[in-house]
Amino acid sequence: MIEQFPVLIVVTPLILSFVVNVAGLWNRRLCFYIVVVALASCVVFSLGILKTVLTQGEPIRYSLGNWQPPWGIEYVIDHLNALILVSVAVVALLVAVYAKRSLEQEIHESKIPQVYTLFLLQVTGLLGITATGDLFNLYVLLEIASFSAYAVIAMGERGADFAAFRYVIFGTIGACAYLLGTGYLYILTGSLNMIDVAHLLPQSFYSKALLVGLAFFMVGVGIKMGIFPLHVWLPDAYTLAPSAVSALLAPLFTKVGAYVIIRIMFTVFDPAFSIDLYPVTDIVGWLAAIGILFACIMALAQSDLKRMLCYLIVAEMGYILIGLASANRLGLTGAILHIVNDMFMMACLFTVAGAIFYQTGTRDIYQFRYLHRTMPITLAVFVVGALSVIGVPPLCGFFSKWYLLLGAIEAKQWALVVVLLISSLIYAVLFFRVIERAYLEPREDHSHASQKGHPAPTLDKVPLSMLAPMVFIAAGIILLGIFSGKIIAHIIEFAIPAAL
Amino acid sequence: MIDTLFTHYNYWVFAVLLMIGLYSMMAKNNLMKKLIGMNIFQWAIILYFISIGAKRGAQIPIVVGAHGQGENLAIHAAEYINPLPHVLMLTAIVVGVATTGISLALLIAIYKRYNTIEEDKIIEALKK
Repeated sequence: MIEQFPVLIVVTPLILSFVVNVAGLWNRRLCFYIVVVALASCVVFSLGILKTVLTQGEPIRYSLGNWQPPWGIEYVIDHLNALILVSVAVVALLVAVYAKRSLEQEIHESKIPQVYTLFLLQVTGLLGITATGDLFNLYVLLEIASFSAYAVIAMGERGADFAAFRYVIFGTIGACAYLLGTGYLYILTGSLNMIDVAHLLPQSFYSKALLVGLAFFMVGVGIKMGIFPLHVWLPDAYTLAPSAVSALLAPLFTKVGAYVIIRIMFTVFDPAFSIDLYPVTDIVGWLAAIGILFACIMALAQSDLKRMLCYLIVAEMGYILIGLASANRLGLTGAILHIVNDMFMMACLFTVAGAIFYQTGTRDIYQFRYLHRTMPITLAVFVVGALSVIGVPPLCGFFSKWYLLLGAIEAKQWALVVVLLISSLIYAVLFFRVIERAYLEPREDHSHASQKGHPAPTLDKVPLSMLAPMVFIAAGIILLGIFSGKIIAHIIEFAIPAAL
Repeated sequence: MIDTLFTHYNYWVFAVLLMIGLYSMMAKNNLMKKLIGMNIFQWAIILYFISIGAKRGAQIPIVVGAHGQGENLAIHAAEYINPLPHVLMLTAIVVGVATTGISLALLIAIYKRYNTIEEDKIIEALKK
């Protein structure tokens, strides 16, 4: 049974997504439970896969339908995928539990089964992208994930349909660029299997076509993950989507894109090609540096909490790129750790934004006064997430930033070091702007002691099914921080290519 | 130079189509034209993949009368076209159709809500 886990983790949500749709015709209340069962089994599968990888110490190679690679499609799971599979599955499960009440409030009852179907398809695509070892299969799964994202974003508030249309245009350019990259590699090597391509590529390292292929890959995945000059679709699409949907998409899709870039730069292309032969890492580094500063400044200008978080994602993607640009063990450790941490941190912040919207009906930071009296638990979760993103020590965000910083110092990329430090300061301003509005009360209100503007302190009116996942995600952030040493020593150390 | 221009004309067609598609996606104001540009962009890539699999004077990759005697059969790969890129494109066509379907559905929704599919007018309506 356990040797079938690599395929089951993709097939289970895929098949159950159709079941959800059909079950929705009969009884809408069933849908949610099917989704939770599907995602809970994904968590079990991913943990099983991680355990197998850790015990056998080498990648799992699963040939689909027993067609031998490189002719057949192959799923290859090493330490890197296994770690990301676990985090995707866990975050998806928590967000699914959270989604129930939030969707019931924001989406018309008759559309709930469709949303759940797309939700599961989305997770199918993301898990598939992570598990597959075949370049073309990755393209198909990328499109599965994107299509469900387009459709489900369009169900959001006013303007979401237009944002979704723009996302379709950009996403299609991205996917087509990825496909072209695959085509260039196919011409040069005659293979689509990542490991096989990696063996065959060194013969054509000095070919211009290979460079064009890599450029297409970077642009394609860059659009999908929303790195700086290619991010224009991201803030609109993720802000206007339903809260629960952006809590799923925003943390997971962009990070899985970051995983794909690491896979292509360091597994398909030899690290020597991406680092020494051509200045790929330099370009990536400069893009990351400009992108982080741009995104931070744009985030400062926003009054909508969710839109601010969307720009934060663009900045966070820049952080991961900084790890790649330093191109040494420390930097890459930081990048991989940051992918995992950022899934939890962004899930935390976006679920909080959704919960505030659920109770108060606003996402405007300027309306957050007295929020600490009515939503203490939600705000506590927000503070955990915010401090982690800023990088305060016991929380996970500190450790990945620390490694990124060490990596940039070791690579002598002083510009990146400066950007890392400055952006952390801007982050602090960014979040304390929100925390200050929510926690501190203006003085004159106290002196008047009027009854009207002072809501009495109560617990959150957000249902438990939304609060519990948020608290779990916050706990996850703390645990990831405490155990980050163990994660690095047992998993990430083996995920970094040996050549570095 | 002139020689490569003529012998590899399929790649030139592919590149020109790709640019036409990209241009209309970026520069056109009408969302329907953007969608058509997107389709041209996708079909250009399909054309590209099809043409890398084709070979002059080769035949389809079916070996007649070879059933059951695969190991003692000498096959010259140069005589057959490469079917793999074509098969990949079957999937890419499906993906393209799905993209078109989704964007048409979105266009209908947009038209119903804003009564126009001109980008600048929609942005104007959204600002109100």
